Amino acid sequence: MTTASAPTGVASFHDILRIAGCRHHFPLLRQLVNGKPLVYFDNAATSQKPQVVIDAMVRYYETENSNIHRGVHYLSERATQAYEGVRTKVRDFMHAEDQREIVFVRGATEAINLVAHSFGRRYVHAGDEILVSEMEHHSNIVPWQILCEELGATLKVIPMNDRGELLVEEYERLLSEKTKIVAVTHVSNALGTVNPIKELVARAHARGIPFLVDGAQAVPHIRVDVQDLDCDFYAFSAHKMFGPTGVGVLYGKRKWLEEMPPYQGGGDMIKSVTFEKTTYNDLPYKFEAGTPNIGGGIGLGAAIDYLHEIDLNAIQQLEHDLLFYATEKILTIPGVRIIGTAQQKAGVLSFTMQGIHPHDIGTILDLEGVAIRTGHHCAQPVMKHFGVPATARASFALYNTKEEVDAFIKALHKVIEVLG
Amino acid sequence: MSELRELYQQVILDHNKSPRNYHKMDDATRHVEGFNPLCGDHYTVYVKLEGDRISDVSFEGAGCAISKASASVMSSLVKGHTIAEAEELFEDFHRLVKGEIEDEEEIERLGKLAAFAGVSEFPARVKCASLAWHTLHAAVKSDTKAISTE
Repeated sequence: MTTASAPTGVASFHDILRIAGCRHHFPLLRQLVNGKPLVYFDNAATSQKPQVVIDAMVRYYETENSNIHRGVHYLSERATQAYEGVRTKVRDFMHAEDQREIVFVRGATEAINLVAHSFGRRYVHAGDEILVSEMEHHSNIVPWQILCEELGATLKVIPMNDRGELLVEEYERLLSEKTKIVAVTHVSNALGTVNPIKELVARAHARGIPFLVDGAQAVPHIRVDVQDLDCDFYAFSAHKMFGPTGVGVLYGKRKWLEEMPPYQGGGDMIKSVTFEKTTYNDLPYKFEAGTPNIGGGIGLGAAIDYLHEIDLNAIQQLEHDLLFYATEKILTIPGVRIIGTAQQKAGVLSFTMQGIHPHDIGTILDLEGVAIRTGHHCAQPVMKHFGVPATARASFALYNTKEEVDAFIKALHKVIEVLG
Repeated sequence: MSELRELYQQVILDHNKSPRNYHKMDDATRHVEGFNPLCGDHYTVYVKLEGDRISDVSFEGAGCAISKASASVMSSLVKGHTIAEAEELFEDFHRLVKGEIEDEEEIERLGKLAAFAGVSEFPARVKCASLAWHTLHAAVKSDTKAISTE
């Protein structure tokens, strides 16, 4: 039996009621799938978008679209203002000190690749070590693996226990003078585990080792304060927090970003170019080559505004209740095994059913209008740890309800009826 | 429920529960491993060849109901047939699951294979249904040791 993490603050009854009214902000949820009301439980893959985000992007393309920065005309100035305004919103959202620490990227994956490429080539050498954890998404494994192969460094792995919690003493043992960076996820996409990032960062910093946090799964659920966590880098994607696809953020402490070489060359990241020498632009533009996803950035800004409107503590409480309810219900179904039973858990329910492949579960649920994810969730080492080829995963967001959990459980009974 | 019935037909449910020719073959002429890396489906197909005839075929491994039933039906259909006949069946099967055979009579003529007609409605599952066939094809036609759907 899993106990989900308790919310850090107390949400008022009023706040919870307000969230309950949020569902109608999401137009996509008002549809039938295979003749049944859609139950969207694939939020860890991508969240749905509220009308305000869709409208903000439409309005941008209808009234402001222009290329940003060097333009002298009216539209370019408006677009620049709007886009740079989002950078300020992101700074406040993450509680960063300085907006020069906010680099726009395509998503969390690109953010991690940027650090692996740029920080890696400056600070990692042959014989050094990079530390990741056993529960990482492939996007926080492979960029480091590529770097290690290229430089002759070694990738080390922090193990986890069978509940899906990192072994902190093992982590402590793995930290050494060879370790050049630690990269760990805030919330596991496959297990739902919320890692004690602040403590992990402090232990790395005690040895002078910088720390990157993969925050892709955390930002829609947890209030992130990069100064409190004291992490050196924090990566996330807009699309998992009710914003559009194709835009994300890398937060990096200025002391690192100043020293790191550019990631890609092109427009916007330069001050001057001659065939003999190029002078790079200031932060954060040094890392933003080429015309960015301006419309996507505007959508991200609207998503942050939307999250500001709702109390994050209330979101946490609602998701905690849903997870608890779903966990209790699913364990009454014979043959169900929950993968990931950490004490501190976000709204992710990964499970298997005895003798039934997750893909068959996914297909039958789909025919009942219930969208879940099945497969290895881009975390094959996690699957290996638990000795399963794949799992079925239901993941919740603020617009999900207990009635939807009931529909999901009913559909699981149908799975047994057909294949059990 | 009609789509569900179509996808998980009785033939498929039966072959998933009690797969035919589901064992290792020690004296196989060739065996090839087939992977579907996205789902983790993983089968080994064994063939015993006598000239251009597949005198025996078996398989073992793990995967979803569609992939296992497909491997089982395939093994029972191609056993004793020539490689050319098996390849023809594969061609028919491939067209069927891609939704390229629409004529009801033509589908019915395919016998047990017809159970997989519903797969064409589920593009994400075509690879599951085809895995064993691709693996058999590799076993009789080439000298690879393993194939992957990706």
